[in-house]
Amino acid sequence: MTQREMITIDANEVVARVAYKVSEVIAIYPITPSSPMGEWADEWASKAETNIWGTTPQVIEMQSEGGAAGAIHGALQAGALATTFTASQGLLLMIPNMYKIAGELTPTVFHIAARSLAAQGLSIFGDHSDVMAARSTGWIMLSSASVQEAQDMALIAHSATLRARLPILHFFDGFRTSHEVNKIELLTDEDIASLIDNALIAQHRARALSPDHPVIRGTAQNPDVYFQARETVNPFYANAPRVLAETMAAFERLTGRRYLPYQYEGAPDAERVIVIMGSGAETADETAKFLNAQGERVGVVKVRMFRPFDLRGFVASLPTSVKKIAVLDRTKEPGGAGEPMYQDVVTALVEEWVQGPLPQVVGGRYGLSSKEFTPAMVKAVYDNLAQDRPKNHFTVGINDDLSFTSLDYDPSFSIESPNTVRALFYGLGADGTVSANKNSIKIIGEDTPNYAQGYFVYDSKKSGSMTISHLRFGPQHIRAPYLISQANFIACHQPIFIEQYDMLRDAMPGGVFLLNTTSSADRVWDTLPRQAQEHIINKGLRFFVIDAYKIARQVGMGNRINTIMQVCFFAISGVLPQEEAIEAIKKSIIKTYGKKGEEIVAFNLRAVDETLQNLYEVAVPQTVTSARGLRPLMTPDAPDFVRNVLGEMSARRGDLIPVSALPNDGTYPSGTTQYEKRDLASEIPVWDPNVCIQCGKCAMVCPHAVIRIKAYEPAALQGAPEGFQAVAAKDTEWQGLQYTIQVSPLDCTGCGICVDVCPAKNKSAVNQKAINMRPIGDIREREVSRWDFFLSIPDMDRRQIKVGTIRQQQVQRPLFEFSGACAGCGETPYLKLVSQLFGDRAIIANATGCSSIYGGNLPTTPWAKDASGRGPAWANSLFEDNAEFGLGMRAAIDQHAQFASELLQRLSAELGSELVDALLHADQHDEAGIYEQRERVAILKDKLATLSSPEATLLLPLADYLVKKDVWIIGGDGWAYDIDFGGLDHVLASGRDVNILVLDTEVYSNTGGQMSKATPRGAVAKFAAGGKRAGKKDLGLIAMTYGNVYVARVAMGGKDEQTLRAFLEAQAYPGTSLIIAYSHCIAHGINMTTAMKNQKAAVDSGQWPLYRFNPLRVDRGENPLTLDSKIGKVSVKDYMRMENRFKMLELSNPEAAAQLFEEAQHDATLRYAYYEYLASRPYGKSNGSESH
Amino acid sequence: MNLTTQYMGLELRSPIIVSANPLTEKVNNICAMEEAGAGAVVLHSLYEEQIRQERQALFHHLTHGTESFAEALTYFPEPDEYRAGTEGYLELIRKAKEVVNIPIIASLNGVTPGGWTSFARKMEEAGADALELNIYYIPTSLEMSGIEVEMTYIDILRMVKEVVSIPVAIKLSPFFSNMANMAKRLDDAGADALVLFNRFYQPDIDIEALEVKPSVLLSTPQALRLPLTWIGLLYGKIRAQMAATSGVHTGDDVVKLLLVGAQVTMVASAILRNGIGYLRSIEEGLRHWMHFHEYETIDQMRGAVSQLNAHDPSAFERAQYMKALIGFKPDSVR
Repeated sequence: MTQREMITIDANEVVARVAYKVSEVIAIYPITPSSPMGEWADEWASKAETNIWGTTPQVIEMQSEGGAAGAIHGALQAGALATTFTASQGLLLMIPNMYKIAGELTPTVFHIAARSLAAQGLSIFGDHSDVMAARSTGWIMLSSASVQEAQDMALIAHSATLRARLPILHFFDGFRTSHEVNKIELLTDEDIASLIDNALIAQHRARALSPDHPVIRGTAQNPDVYFQARETVNPFYANAPRVLAETMAAFERLTGRRYLPYQYEGAPDAERVIVIMGSGAETADETAKFLNAQGERVGVVKVRMFRPFDLRGFVASLPTSVKKIAVLDRTKEPGGAGEPMYQDVVTALVEEWVQGPLPQVVGGRYGLSSKEFTPAMVKAVYDNLAQDRPKNHFTVGINDDLSFTSLDYDPSFSIESPNTVRALFYGLGADGTVSANKNSIKIIGEDTPNYAQGYFVYDSKKSGSMTISHLRFGPQHIRAPYLISQANFIACHQPIFIEQYDMLRDAMPGGVFLLNTTSSADRVWDTLPRQAQEHIINKGLRFFVIDAYKIARQVGMGNRINTIMQVCFFAISGVLPQEEAIEAIKKSIIKTYGKKGEEIVAFNLRAVDETLQNLYEVAVPQTVTSARGLRPLMTPDAPDFVRNVLGEMSARRGDLIPVSALPNDGTYPSGTTQYEKRDLASEIPVWDPNVCIQCGKCAMVCPHAVIRIKAYEPAALQGAPEGFQAVAAKDTEWQGLQYTIQVSPLDCTGCGICVDVCPAKNKSAVNQKAINMRPIGDIREREVSRWDFFLSIPDMDRRQIKVGTIRQQQVQRPLFEFSGACAGCGETPYLKLVSQLFGDRAIIANATGCSSIYGGNLPTTPWAKDASGRGPAWANSLFEDNAEFGLGMRAAIDQHAQFASELLQRLSAELGSELVDALLHADQHDEAGIYEQRERVAILKDKLATLSSPEATLLLPLADYLVKKDVWIIGGDGWAYDIDFGGLDHVLASGRDVNILVLDTEVYSNTGGQMSKATPRGAVAKFAAGGKRAGKKDLGLIAMTYGNVYVARVAMGGKDEQTLRAFLEAQAYPGTSLIIAYSHCIAHGINMTTAMKNQKAAVDSGQWPLYRFNPLRVDRGENPLTLDSKIGKVSVKDYMRMENRFKMLELSNPEAAAQLFEEAQHDATLRYAYYEYLASRPYGKSNGSESH
Repeated sequence: MNLTTQYMGLELRSPIIVSANPLTEKVNNICAMEEAGAGAVVLHSLYEEQIRQERQALFHHLTHGTESFAEALTYFPEPDEYRAGTEGYLELIRKAKEVVNIPIIASLNGVTPGGWTSFARKMEEAGADALELNIYYIPTSLEMSGIEVEMTYIDILRMVKEVVSIPVAIKLSPFFSNMANMAKRLDDAGADALVLFNRFYQPDIDIEALEVKPSVLLSTPQALRLPLTWIGLLYGKIRAQMAATSGVHTGDDVVKLLLVGAQVTMVASAILRNGIGYLRSIEEGLRHWMHFHEYETIDQMRGAVSQLNAHDPSAFERAQYMKALIGFKPDSVR
């Protein structure tokens, strides 16, 4: 048999590899968790890697998954072997084409990293909701349960689709399988080629559309024949199970690995059987083995072929001894007779069971949104079956105290082999923990005969996030697709985590705890919280410490402690002999970092050498000395729901929250980030009032709204803590007021962008500004008390604030605060500005993307309320419909306002015509007008409450709509330029009064930086690994062509006053407004602290010209377009060299870079000249011309 | 008239060389320099520190923010190879060697012992005809003695000489306690040529922004005096050849420097100001002078007015400075 390589790899990569090898056209679009498959394909194509026929497939990014499916359909019709990858909503968008592709009997494979669908909330995690929604498309559905199986089934699918002439949807569990790293046997190109029949490909080509032998496909059919024509395909479906079984058999002959469409594992005489597919089947199989070894008689049917559901084949797979069956579905079909596979199994038994009395069948749900599915839960399912009357339509893995569906299970039940080393690593996102662990898996998996598995759990926040790595190593193949709950080794790479989380709860007796801490071995004990001390003593843990940050700094690695902690793991765990491990780490460092430069290698090698002498074992005392519990993650003043529900999620105990505690319709309270004090920053900005010129810029750019400004009456200072900083307000209109800039120390991420933009310098030491970063250590408590007092100072009356200047405008209270966005985020300052200016009357439709994640990811969310309880009402619908979603809101609000006005008129007599007239004709163009209208509405409501007429009853709930409401439609460039461009265009054409804000990061930021049509020429992005060849789409110019759309292009770091003006004008414009806002991003590869300088360079180079196109100017006889920036202060190339996204191309392909950079300069010059031309055209009569 | 000369054993068609400057970053410019008559081209310096910083920046940006958030585990595709480092520079050497016939001298500014030697070796492998070590080193430590500073220069030269077989020139600053002794020690350590002098970075202050402004001043004709003085003093006293750089703006400047003993003269600021074609007028000026003064070869001229051969050798030393002062009359009182 062929000698094949054993490698450690995740399913996304290995599935993409098989698909790439047997495809000619690959259409891609990013969506978690399938994006890496597209990324791999694009990367390989950019390096001209070839498929098994020696040619490089074409990889095309489309504007949406719908587009990808359309492109694949076309490619198939034209005779190519075509494939795509997707998940979740992406798969839903493909469904229309999938019916067509199947209806036309076309061979193809779509690979799906199966994921939840957005319902009461979005989830990026794994279950089968998406694939189940596609089950009626007529596709064969093949399920894989592990990384190895995903590779193997991918090939089986590509082979079988040609023979069956039916398309195949191949799916595996999102994250759990797509992202799990496991040691597998890699198929060779010869293996792949041997299962692909070129003769069948020739037949596929022969069926293709060609003018050389033309046919018509896609006819419109009528009642006379559609039905019959639909039935013509039946033989193909009847034949499919045989094709699949034969292909699997051929695969077994090739590799020795045996797969069956329905594979029974377990006791031959089992009476209780679980039917399951996906990664859960591995867990069920392993658990059944364990239970059978203990004398039970249980079994598992692993379903691989879900469609067509071969009734006879399925029943034949069951042992004749079976009496009770539990069918587990990883999806929910509310209102159904049961979940899909349960129903299929019931049907199969009814139709095909001939052995005697029908076995009893129950169905249950498990594992939604990557909910853990453990051996303990499998056992609970078997235990349920053992009952006389097993619970049906049950759930397992949750506590359903509402409908009482859930099965109880014993979380301590474990089947882990004592030969398997299990390790947990708690790291900080930025410290490299995950990459080090991936590296350790490679070392152990590929340099030793051991098997290895890694799975990584990430945080819901993008800044200061925690990562937990779950690693298993051992002599046997590791089939454990669930998290580690009993670890031999636990490492805490970030000292604060041991104070916040009860991580040693998962330690095995006699295990090891490794802590990265600045405390020495003889002092560290007293720094631990009580829980940690108790675990260490009670479980007899060995305890080691290292000051990894110190070593990292010494060897020049900054805060990347990955290599250091990796060495500690190998030194302590004994997975490999120490010397062997060190050598392997060093070898791997040279391999991994070699191409990145010898100094990177040198840092890491030095770190390896330094580590062992700085690793100490702690002599563990016999007594618990700490009285301190875990650090609370929520403030004590948090409301009950926040503390008991959101707080439990924060504490990573969300799995234990019962059903009844959660909102049933996805509605959550606003402004909950204020209660979660994350204390992330090691340095925070501190205000120096003596230097400050009170310009407000620091507050304006602060991405997390932690820098606040208040101007207030001196009396408000009563009770101020000692040293609270306040000075006389400098603004001439604020004479007599006091002025304070205060930072929220525990919410700050320490990005430093405020200090960078501060224009004031200390006259005697110009490196000091009016706001300066200071270590938080000594000033934490002081600043917390100042912040608390600051909050108690009343906000300035909005009517008193002149919003046209930043200096005054910035005292408006932000109603978007402390989000989980990246430190230094370029999007959030714009959102905060919207929230300050219009938040108390704004309804926000937010497209899926970064802004919906940091804006709406649980546990806590940043959209907040003002002192009167008003604030932005926010919702996320989808990625592909946000413009329409917002338009619908506008229509409803306008309808409410219209109806309310009509009712007012009808009630004029009862309410008094004076009030009614005032309400109907209120001028609400400014804060004073809105304030007065709110006052009138309050009076109106009081009066309505006393009236009993039907009109009054109808009007009361609509009365608030008499006050102006602003609709903001917000999303990123992927949304606006690509997936919902059609919808956006429709809204632009509608003329309705909505404000559209495009946070243009020029890539799909949330999914990891894939190219969009907003990506500029020459930028390297995912899906544009070789640098983007095409120029950026000019969305603003397209919108201007409507003539009646307000359009502004802004960059806060380029000209903040212009940004402010544009937001005010957009909101004031009585029609559709579009603001395209340059948003620097971590995906640009820039220094986020000085990112506003990048914005300025983008503007000054002409790469990002600033303008406002205001149709109202036409009425005044003026040209609507005002250019707000000049070009050429810096060259486009100099700007591009500030950012890694462009610079990377210079480093990887200088020739292409030289050409594209030159073209980019040309683009900028031409574009600016064109805008100048447009802006200088005469308009209206004042210029002696009638032309418009 | 014959302008040919040799520099560190390389045959040059003219003693006018283009010294390290940003124009040499492009092969087209190097071709233009050859066309305009340059005897050789010294490429812009490869700065080890910059390369290290660039690599670290690249590494930082490729890893920053990665493996933190489930949907975005990375932000960039990873190319198979980067030219973050010497590759671009070495490619320039290779290309320049392909398209021009004049010698190409690579210039290196290192910071670490390993950097100096490994980059030097790579430059030789890429086809450089000679190396110029641009020891652009400003000792700012209060603790470092002059002897230590001097030893640094000697050590670097020795290290590089050990690993390459092409000629090695060393570009110096004039700021040594005894330049003559320093020149001799470098000569002893095997320098094939001394390039006199390096123009140090001296920042300016922006009095509006209150910032230190990194601004490079182009050389002025006045800058010529320093190399002229020291080449005149050292000519004939050391084995190593001397290349004059700083302040060479006209054919007359070239004449002066050759007369005091420069083996070759180097031009940068003049072509940055006037374009590459300006080399021709410098050469024209040299030819003009030679023609009128009936000099046939460069060798005839070289060192004719050095301290060794001048009528008044003391004119090169301090006494000359006194005389100059005594004879000085400001314009206003003239």
